[in-house]
Amino acid sequence: MTERNTTVDEFQEAPPRINEWRRFWRVFLQRKIVIFGLVVLFLLVFSAIFADLIVPYDPYIGVMADSLESPNSTYWLGTDIQGRDTLSRLIFGTRTALMVGFITVGIAGIAGVTLGLMAGYFGGIISMVIMRIMDALMCFPMLILAMLFAAVLGGGIQNVIIALSIATVPGYARVMNGLTMSIRENDYIMAERAMGSSNARIMLSHILPNSLPPMIVLVTLQLGMIIMSEAALSFLGIGIKPPGAAWGAMVADGYRYLTYTPALSFAPGIAIMLVVFAFNMVGDGLRDALDPRLRGIL
Amino acid sequence: MAELLRVNNLVTQFKTESGLVKAVDGISYYIDEQEIIGLVGESGCGKSVSQLSVMQLISAPGEIAGGEVIFEGQNLLNYHANGPEMRSIRGAKIAMIFQEPMTSLNPVLTLGRQLTEMLQLHLKMNDDAARKRAVELMSMVGIPSAESRIDDYPHHFSGGMRQRIMIAMSLSCNPKIIIADEPTTSLDVTTQAQLMELMKDMVERFHTSLVIVTHNLGVVARYAQRIYIMYAGRIVESGTIKDIFGTPRHPYTIGLLKCIPRLDEEEGTKLVPINGLPPNLINMPSTCAFLPRCSYRLDKCSREPWPPMTAIDGNHYIRCYADTKEK
Repeated sequence: MTERNTTVDEFQEAPPRINEWRRFWRVFLQRKIVIFGLVVLFLLVFSAIFADLIVPYDPYIGVMADSLESPNSTYWLGTDIQGRDTLSRLIFGTRTALMVGFITVGIAGIAGVTLGLMAGYFGGIISMVIMRIMDALMCFPMLILAMLFAAVLGGGIQNVIIALSIATVPGYARVMNGLTMSIRENDYIMAERAMGSSNARIMLSHILPNSLPPMIVLVTLQLGMIIMSEAALSFLGIGIKPPGAAWGAMVADGYRYLTYTPALSFAPGIAIMLVVFAFNMVGDGLRDALDPRLRGIL
Repeated sequence: MAELLRVNNLVTQFKTESGLVKAVDGISYYIDEQEIIGLVGESGCGKSVSQLSVMQLISAPGEIAGGEVIFEGQNLLNYHANGPEMRSIRGAKIAMIFQEPMTSLNPVLTLGRQLTEMLQLHLKMNDDAARKRAVELMSMVGIPSAESRIDDYPHHFSGGMRQRIMIAMSLSCNPKIIIADEPTTSLDVTTQAQLMELMKDMVERFHTSLVIVTHNLGVVARYAQRIYIMYAGRIVESGTIKDIFGTPRHPYTIGLLKCIPRLDEEEGTKLVPINGLPPNLINMPSTCAFLPRCSYRLDKCSREPWPPMTAIDGNHYIRCYADTKEK
């Protein structure tokens, strides 16, 4: 009797196995804009790491005689009021921007994901306490909250990171909370519990991987956002303290001489824009490549 | 065969806004070693909830309100629902197969990881041993070229194949009992037959008991040794296959069997449906829940509470006043 045959003949010839890494790279690099974003990010990371080696001039001590020069063959992007080379300061600003971006996203991401995961998984009183605190933090616009913390703590890169971390934690917590609540109801979580897995195991090895694709997109979008917020704080004068090089502060310094040497403001402005754009594009590409639900489609 | 699991007067209720729903209202049953039993009833009669209660997998607003689940001399309900004792029983001693193979596997993890997880968790195997065992299990449940497919993701597999994986997972720690909650309901008929055969083979090979939860009498008729018929959160009739299919005595069972076409009946015989709808489980009366739909009803039925399970001969029990033998 054929129905007693427990091997399924039609599946004998398994389809050729797809190399998941190859697939990842193919989908990830499918769009040219993603490659562009990657190149921009690579250049930025490169210049942030090797800033000391590649800057043409000292970013902190200028030549007073050369102040407020327009871009020319000596100073490619001109100089500021103190005669400091804009390009050099821009390169050092990259270091500040990326450092603030990555560290803030790291701290806020880990804290927010942990809080959201716990709130979403356990529900009840735990969820109430965590999420109401997050809601309270969320009442304030993110930038206002960051400004408040930065003003209280004072300027400096460390305090900017702390302020932006606290201000962005609720975003991650909320997204993670929602994801957890929907993933928790899946049959495979029940199946996992029926196998005797502990709560910690279910949260870490089953819910977390399932929530990664949206979280990765969120993190990359947030990276751009954080860099922009850091620029805004520095622009307002409560961020990175002078003489530290920060893009926001550079825009603020330059805009007084906007008609005289527009490059002074435009160069850091364009840098900010490029970074945010690059992060967003790479985030999109990552989502396409990582979401298992898109496997087989893309 | 020795008795393996006994459930006594299990009550599971859900607190809802419109009242208390007693999804499982005092059911008792047992299962012997290496026995296959069937738990049959229509949607919402509490058959799945009763099994989840045995595993203590009921979450709020549901709660297990009473009864006991005796397994290996211990009342499982004394253990904390998420405590280490209960976790070491789930999967290792009592495993469960769920209805929906398409969603019962984590889509972002490879099958290998999901299969080895239990082996590492309960049997403390190392990576290599667990992987080897996982490949063995996969070939045992009829996955061809298991070695090369172990790193596939669930979406590479069809529903039937995934249910095979679920069966492999449930067997992986060599449990005493496997609870299959409508294991074949969402699959097509040929796959159903293959999988039921596979499960039967496997429980024989692993000396495991099997609880088949289903609404399909045909499925249990072929594989189970004893059957429990559930209605509105209670067991209304229990007995061996022969008792239930040969001499059904509860009006509900009789009604169910009349709904199924038989090969040996005359041509043109019409199927007789059971009139009415299953009762709302909120604020149930103490009288028989099947009364409004029953064609055998007596005056006594509407006056007196539902009788307890009464033996009519040997291992054949019913919960009914009416004498249904004559019709």
